[in-house]
Amino acid sequence: MSPGHYVALAVILFVIGGVGVLVRRNAMVIFMCVELMLNACNLAFVGFARAHGNLDGQVIAFFVMVVAAAEVVVGLAVLMAIFRTRRSASVDDASLLKY
Amino acid sequence: MTTLAATGVQHAAWLILAFPVLGSAVLLLGGRRTDRWGHLLGVAAPLAAFGYGLACFAALLGYPAAQRSRDLHMFSWIAVARFRVDVGLLQDPLSLSFVLLITGVGSLICIYSVGYMAHDSDRRRFFGYMNLFIAAMLLLVLADDYLVLYVGWEGVGLASYLLIGFWQFKLTAATAAKKAFIVNRVGDAGLSLAIMLMFATFGSVTFSGVFSRAHLAGPGVLAALGLLLLLGACGKSAQVPLQSWLLDAMEGPTPVSALIHAATMVTAGVYLIVRSHVLFDLSPTARLAVTVVGAVTLLWGAIIGCAKDDIKKALAGSTMSQIGYMTLGAGLGPAGYIFAIAHLLAHGFFKAGLFLGAGSVMHGMDDEVNMRRYGGLARLLPVTFVTFGLGYLAIIGVPPFSGFFTKDPIIEAAFDKGGTSGAILGTAALVGAGITAFYMTRIMLMTFTGKRRWEEAGPQAQASQDQHPAPHPHESPPVMLWPMILLAVGSVGAGAFLIINNRFVDFLAPVVGTPPTAHGIWTGPGLGALGLTAVGIAIAWAMYGRRDVPALAPAGRFPVTAARRDLYGDAFNESVLMRPGQWLTRLSVYFDNRGVDGLVNTLAATVGGTSGRLRRVQTGFVRSYALAMFFGAALLVGALLLVRL
Repeated sequence: MSPGHYVALAVILFVIGGVGVLVRRNAMVIFMCVELMLNACNLAFVGFARAHGNLDGQVIAFFVMVVAAAEVVVGLAVLMAIFRTRRSASVDDASLLKY
Repeated sequence: MTTLAATGVQHAAWLILAFPVLGSAVLLLGGRRTDRWGHLLGVAAPLAAFGYGLACFAALLGYPAAQRSRDLHMFSWIAVARFRVDVGLLQDPLSLSFVLLITGVGSLICIYSVGYMAHDSDRRRFFGYMNLFIAAMLLLVLADDYLVLYVGWEGVGLASYLLIGFWQFKLTAATAAKKAFIVNRVGDAGLSLAIMLMFATFGSVTFSGVFSRAHLAGPGVLAALGLLLLLGACGKSAQVPLQSWLLDAMEGPTPVSALIHAATMVTAGVYLIVRSHVLFDLSPTARLAVTVVGAVTLLWGAIIGCAKDDIKKALAGSTMSQIGYMTLGAGLGPAGYIFAIAHLLAHGFFKAGLFLGAGSVMHGMDDEVNMRRYGGLARLLPVTFVTFGLGYLAIIGVPPFSGFFTKDPIIEAAFDKGGTSGAILGTAALVGAGITAFYMTRIMLMTFTGKRRWEEAGPQAQASQDQHPAPHPHESPPVMLWPMILLAVGSVGAGAFLIINNRFVDFLAPVVGTPPTAHGIWTGPGLGALGLTAVGIAIAWAMYGRRDVPALAPAGRFPVTAARRDLYGDAFNESVLMRPGQWLTRLSVYFDNRGVDGLVNTLAATVGGTSGRLRRVQTGFVRSYALAMFFGAALLVGALLLVRL
């Protein structure tokens, strides 16, 4: 398995995540898609690290994990708050912050 | 004459100013708390100033004639680089004559006002303004500096405005006050330009600085200075072409008309010209302009005075005309300066007396001013009749009353000028004397003799019979009569006292120069004036004495209607100045609304409309934002790739 396969997989996962963010309405699913994109990035980092033979990419992957964890904490809290007040997890419903 | 430092009594001459300043400050700042005793303070302050003025005058008389110009330095007001203004009081025969006139006549009129304004709930405010006026007028005549004079000049303008509009609830009074203020602004602009020109030319605005360097200036600058000063004098003294405000100013209470619009403030222009005599001596052009203004005004005011049925407006026309005489005298150079001031002082007495008499008549007639509703008042108001009559004899110049001594030298000096201009000016002054006799006789006859027209119910009176019963004319209280009596004494004796033995000529000569020719008492022009006066009286008697005066003014033909409308002065101002000004403002408002605002508004509307449309992009849908981010990111990546390639 060459690093090219890992990168190809990462692209596929990123595109799936991106399309999911754009087309799904459920905030939970959008969240999961965002996670998918983050992990696709991690995979790409690790794959490139392997290809170049140094550890930089792997270190960055750890950073991404930490940021993702923090983002999950904040994001889920916001999601909970919205769900409690609106009884809905659809992102299209929460569209009051507009012109 | 060199100016020396003031010493002795004169060293405290600031007290003359301090009394009325203090009086007005207490009355105007003290508010209603001073209502009960305000009028007493209002009388005491000018009286105290008069007392101290007399002391300074006596001290001045103690010096030899050549040392009678005394300057009191008070404080340094402005000191910026080369521009330096010190506030000082110049005490010389000219300024102290004015001080005595202002405080003396002012005190008498204040005493009179105690009675005249007794029923006015705002009497205290009235006295506050009167004191303010006296203070400003004293500053005007005592200043040793054009800029300080200008402060007083503006101060009397303010006091005049406040007092003309004293009864603000009357729309006519409020409008008249504004008119007086605005017309005066035109003259004030002239004076302020003159002061700036002085500083630019001479580097100084003090009298001594300007006069000592005056001969260094070119004829053009001197003529410009003279004409600008004349413009200032025209505004303050109601001379043609800035005469229109004086007749409307009669809306103020009668003591105001007597003090400000007859005896003192309106003569400030004459004072300005005589005080600046050094400049006028050097500029024949400016002097000619002054004489022309004076001659035109003396006829203008006299003609207006002939047609007015309002007693105060008739007297106002007469004031305008008499100040025209003074201006004419002042324009004649050293031959006329002293007689202009002598006539000014005598006029201060008799015209103030006449106005107070008119006020006394109005007081007895329920504030009626229309002389066609008077008649036969001589028996009912005997003291008023006699004092008014003495003022009347003084103004028309019957010997041995004041006007005879002070007006005739001006007429004579006008003829002495020689040449065509002298003949024209002298003839104008002579004719003016005849017209003066006519309108003053008319006032006397319409007011004090003939049928008692206020008893008969005319069509107007019948309509308002229920609210206004026929008046019951009664003599005024002693507090009003005594000032009238004292002023009548002045109108009888002032002229003779000043002119006989050359008393006033010798007194003022060190300040303004000796007249080139000595004047006798009985001269050709003087006798001519007497003859014309007799003719004027005869015509007035034929028109108003022999026949009954109709209670309603007859329609009248061209010259009468023109004089009733102030010789179209207001119509001229309206059509030549006001209407074009209005059009100009309308045009600029239109340009501002459509042009300037249009441009700005179009720009703002464009930005507003565009942003209103762009705003629609903010849908609030998370997914569309995410899409925008993707496209943005894709664009960035694409751009980076492109750059790398």
